[in-house]
Amino acid sequence: MARVPIAEGVFTWPSDEPRLIGSRCAACGIVTFPAQDSCPRCASTGMAEHLLSPRGRLWAWTTQEFPPPAPPYTGPTGKAFVPYGVGYVELANEVKVETRLTTTDGLRIGMAMELVLVPFRTDDDGNEVVTFAFRPVDAGGAG
Amino acid sequence: MDVAIVGVGLHPFGRFADRTGIDMGAVAIRRALADAGVAWRDIQFAFAGSYEIDNPDAVVAFLGLTGIPFTNVYNGCATAASVLALAADTIRLGEHELGLAVGMDKHLPGAFSSDPRLYACPPWYGELGHFLTPKFFGMKINKYMHDHGISAKTLARVAAKNYRNGARNPNAFRRKPLSEEEILGSRMLSYPLTQYMFCSPDEGAAAVVVCRADRAHRYTDKPIYLRASVVRTRRLGAFEVHSPWLPIEETAGPTVDASRAAFEKAGVGPEDVEVIQLQDTDAGAEVIHLAENGFCGDGEQEALVAGGELEIGGRLPVNTDGGLIANGEPIGASGLRQVHEVVLQLRGQAGDRQVPGDPKVSYTQLYGAPGVAGVSILSA
Repeated sequence: MARVPIAEGVFTWPSDEPRLIGSRCAACGIVTFPAQDSCPRCASTGMAEHLLSPRGRLWAWTTQEFPPPAPPYTGPTGKAFVPYGVGYVELANEVKVETRLTTTDGLRIGMAMELVLVPFRTDDDGNEVVTFAFRPVDAGGAG
Repeated sequence: MDVAIVGVGLHPFGRFADRTGIDMGAVAIRRALADAGVAWRDIQFAFAGSYEIDNPDAVVAFLGLTGIPFTNVYNGCATAASVLALAADTIRLGEHELGLAVGMDKHLPGAFSSDPRLYACPPWYGELGHFLTPKFFGMKINKYMHDHGISAKTLARVAAKNYRNGARNPNAFRRKPLSEEEILGSRMLSYPLTQYMFCSPDEGAAAVVVCRADRAHRYTDKPIYLRASVVRTRRLGAFEVHSPWLPIEETAGPTVDASRAAFEKAGVGPEDVEVIQLQDTDAGAEVIHLAENGFCGDGEQEALVAGGELEIGGRLPVNTDGGLIANGEPIGASGLRQVHEVVLQLRGQAGDRQVPGDPKVSYTQLYGAPGVAGVSILSA
């Protein structure tokens, strides 16, 4: 079974130290995620790829306790659905990224978080589809 | 050119298996025309709002094909406020004297969903389950509670108030009072918001007849004046739904911008308002919007709610007809349902839920995806 990313261009792949792929405006310096071709602040088209910091702090969070409507959601539903955390992680001086969180317990605004890649679903070819998530740093470990 | 409202009409909100959205629109329009004492052939222009119905102006099939300019509008959760603002602006232009604003919708049950690409979001954002509104409202109120000391009990009290008000409203979808315990104990959907703290998409229609203010007395001896009708969209840095990212810089949301502009246009302040309708997509949204619209400072809601000040008979009566929590949200009609309610309140015709003391100034606010707000200020 191969591991495949949920989409090209969202995070570096394959990579031992994955990073989210954003963009930075050469004119005004704003950082976006995902990368986009034009600037939402100054309308410049001079956006360059910018790899985001893998660490930040939890800015807002909630839990997703029911399966989202499918489509567009393609993840587990029914008995296979497991509630998950959702939040924005603020990457200092860069951007706040909306993300899955690896836990629904013990979440606190301001806590340190780090980027991880996690299994999301199995596709029709039997591949494991991988997405990005953030986990509390103190819940880390070698995984 | 000032604008008056001389007629309002509503098709009840709820679930109606035996009729289409356009059927409901026709009922609301007939009721508004009857309220104004005018005929469909007297209407010189119309705007219609809907999310589900591509061409709500098809309602002319049931009313008469009179050839008037009739424009269909969809503008997210502020659709009905946009319809009213456009109708009012058409009167202000001076070209027409008498027109109609109508909203109608018929949604399936469950959270709204769509193709994320239609909202400038990448497909993977939807595949992951992020393209969903309840979790946004969960994050927004969870952060607000953290920053400003609001408790979950306050959310339950707000929802209980709206169910209680809905029980007094024969047109409401949910007419059964629910206790704070039942609300807190219902299924957790998006922490800290439980099932009974959320409104539901449903069905319904509402219509308003607008008129040049200097001609209003031809139609009614109690015209209600539309002092401001303002729509605003998000600025960079506002915390809005369907945002895969937010910038580091933070700014106020579109409700704050629309509210300030509306108060300035109307020449009144929050202290003058006696009846309030706020977007309560969930109980937390009502709490946040109370401050965003200038009716209190951040965090003061905790004491205001505990003291019963948002009740009918309180100092700041909010969502006297039960709001979205008791009425549901047919997007195209929701804001005109708010206007219908405050017009009844300002006329003294709100029956069991009439705000005492002969209110003279009222306020309505819509807010939602994709980061759009509409505010109207009306006076007797």
